[in-house]
Amino acid sequence: MSFWNTIAKRVGYGLLLLVAVLVLNFILISIAPGDIADTIAGDMGGADAEVMEEIRVRYGLDQPFYVQLWRYMSRVAVLDLGYSYFFNTPVTTLILEKLPATLLLVFSAQILAVIVGTFLGVVAAKKPNGIVSLTVTFLSLFGFAAPVFWTGILLIILFVSIFPLFPVAGMIDVTVEGGFFVRALDVLHHLILPMVTLASIFLALYSRLARASMLEVLGADYVRTARAKGLPQRTVLYKHALRNALGPVVTVAGLQFSAVISGAVVVETVFSWPGLGTLALQSILARDTPTIMGILFFSSLVVVVFNILTDATLRLIDPRIKTG
Amino acid sequence: MGRFFGLTAALALIAGLAVPLAKAEEPKQGGTLVMAIGATPRHLNPAVQSGIATGVPGAQLFATPLRYDEGWNPQPYLAKSWTVSDNGLAITLNLVEGATFHDGHPITSEDVAFSVETVKANHPFKSMFAPVESVETPDEHTAILKLSQPHPALMLAMSSQLLSIIPKHVYGDGQDPKTHPQNSENVIGSGPFKLVEFKRDQHIILERNENFFMEQRPHLDKIVMRIIKDGSARTIALESGEVMLSGFEQTPRDLTRMKKNKDLDVSGEGYAAIGSIVWIAFNTKEGKTSDKAVRHAIAYAVDRNFILKALMLGTAAPAKTGIHPGSPFYDDSVNGYDLDLDKANKLLDDAGYARGSDGMRFGLTVDFGWATAKPFAEYLKPQLKKIGIDVTVRASADFPTWAKRVSNHEFDITIDNVFNWGDPVIGVHRTYSSENIKKGVIWSNTQQYANPQVDKLMQLAGSTYDLDQRKKHYAEFQQIVAEDLPIYWLFAGPYHTVANKKVGNPPNSIWGASAPLDRVYLR
Repeated sequence: MSFWNTIAKRVGYGLLLLVAVLVLNFILISIAPGDIADTIAGDMGGADAEVMEEIRVRYGLDQPFYVQLWRYMSRVAVLDLGYSYFFNTPVTTLILEKLPATLLLVFSAQILAVIVGTFLGVVAAKKPNGIVSLTVTFLSLFGFAAPVFWTGILLIILFVSIFPLFPVAGMIDVTVEGGFFVRALDVLHHLILPMVTLASIFLALYSRLARASMLEVLGADYVRTARAKGLPQRTVLYKHALRNALGPVVTVAGLQFSAVISGAVVVETVFSWPGLGTLALQSILARDTPTIMGILFFSSLVVVVFNILTDATLRLIDPRIKTG
Repeated sequence: MGRFFGLTAALALIAGLAVPLAKAEEPKQGGTLVMAIGATPRHLNPAVQSGIATGVPGAQLFATPLRYDEGWNPQPYLAKSWTVSDNGLAITLNLVEGATFHDGHPITSEDVAFSVETVKANHPFKSMFAPVESVETPDEHTAILKLSQPHPALMLAMSSQLLSIIPKHVYGDGQDPKTHPQNSENVIGSGPFKLVEFKRDQHIILERNENFFMEQRPHLDKIVMRIIKDGSARTIALESGEVMLSGFEQTPRDLTRMKKNKDLDVSGEGYAAIGSIVWIAFNTKEGKTSDKAVRHAIAYAVDRNFILKALMLGTAAPAKTGIHPGSPFYDDSVNGYDLDLDKANKLLDDAGYARGSDGMRFGLTVDFGWATAKPFAEYLKPQLKKIGIDVTVRASADFPTWAKRVSNHEFDITIDNVFNWGDPVIGVHRTYSSENIKKGVIWSNTQQYANPQVDKLMQLAGSTYDLDQRKKHYAEFQQIVAEDLPIYWLFAGPYHTVANKKVGNPPNSIWGASAPLDRVYLR
């Protein structure tokens, strides 16, 4: 089978997967006790029976489950994600409003984690049983094991309360006035703590991965040859070994995208980062079905697309991976 | 408890004496106030959405006919004066002349009539305007509310966030006001501040309404309401001065911490009309809690003072009834069921609940619906074990889960937190009225408590303007309900306003921070 055939097949599977994700999630949300009428009543400090009935009728919640599912799926089929019950705004608008913030956070954290993680892994691989290696292992495991909200709050206490270097929450300071550059700096200032927090979980993964794969590569024949011909340590490490060791890191980084998005939910909540994660949490608590479904649809779409891209890239880079 | 009130009274006296001595400070004009709010509102139109999230920005965007001071006295706002007819069936509002909406259109009695109709049809608190039959508009500046019966709750229902005056030419365009696009964007209000930008989960930016109908108000040029959901993040932002003001703060640990900060003023004043009360509710129809002796025994076994001291760290005031202790109708003389384990045990023995071989008489489930209620639910487990009740604490994953259980009466005991919303007619009656036992509706009479005498007293107190009569009826009401005990009330929700010392006139009216901030200024 040719390359394009394989990709077409992947896309087909991807679409099936999306439908399955939507149906499953719709069922899960419907099983959860309570609905948007309860949430709205709670949000308003009480309501009467008429008001709640009216809300249910308005959003079609008085219909049987399969009718609701069918209505939803047929709308999604024409790419209409519907209106948020809670905010009375098109879900697409809500998601697009929040997406840039999440992408910024997710990508910057991912890049930070890959670069720093790989570097730490390489350093640790130089002397696998040395003190540096042990420290890296300890720190990365600590970052991995510590709950991310805890890391976030700890960083806030440390760098906002004790050493006031960073702002506590949000993405921009609306009182800052100035040109694009000033405002970009302001966003960066707000970004650092959440970025580091989110990166801390994946740092462990990448540094362990880089360390293991470096150790494997460093034992290979060609590295011995490189050393034998008198190349300096740095050239051997970074030019010869690292390139080959990077393969697994890149693959995992691509596949970890979904995990980064779910990690972002917690980080965004702790830092009041106005992204999809905050929206996701709020809509789940509010039983705002169209919004939850929209976010899940969107994030599964992203994951599917990233998997296909990773797959395609690997095939193009490494011809040894057989198509078919 | 007597000492607590004595002390408060003494402090109030000192404060009262100190006022004339302190030189009144001239409020400064201008400046941007950055404040924090804890939730993203669904939208910004309080006429069709109740609750604090919408109320705080809503009270800035929209003016109401009346406003209230710290002492429950109605003050002129959009209505410069008002009269109640002799038979109590007509309330005439005389509107301020020359007042305009944010788009320049004059505010007329037509808009008042339209606002009353909209609120009556769409607001979840139906009791506020139920007796209003029509609104007559003899001229541009006079609106007469015609009532089917005397309705004393109307005064409070015309203040704060409960009767926002909205423009008829905007919201009366035929679209459903609940989902009107101008509830969130391009809001045309009547209040001291205009909407600049509302970004969900980020901020609400308001700017001074230059044409506000009150002279030299508001003092601030701009208010930035930053939406910070995490309580500890808000605390740190207040401590670092990044945020200057936050209302409705109630986490005891954060409050205690901020009270120690010399840059911050932490005040529990105000919020009496919001009237948040935390309580233990019983299912009075099914299971062991349908037996009054069991409810009495549980009340005697719960140590309210321990809860106030150890769990609330002294930030909250005790509440012995369902009416907020800050309300003029609160009756402090009711039985508070102070801790008495012997009496509790005896009540259960006498009622025939013998202890089994494991020392337990029977088991009960205690529900809670949100994280801050958890400590109280967990406190009940060891405490009720002392009287032989085996408590199972049942957590709910989130609010809707809990609301479903409780509103469908599938519970024995639950921790709850319900608001008075001004007049008892609005927020108190709903909990005790036998007519309001409505399955599936949270914060209806989910205890399923029914007592015809109580129904009668509420009806009497809710249909006379005579304050003394009302006080008398509500006192009797509180005595009877405290004896029947469908609910054991714990304390008033400790809402506090935290303000940086640079903020002048932080909001302290009975509505707390959900009132117009037109008097607030920056030093």
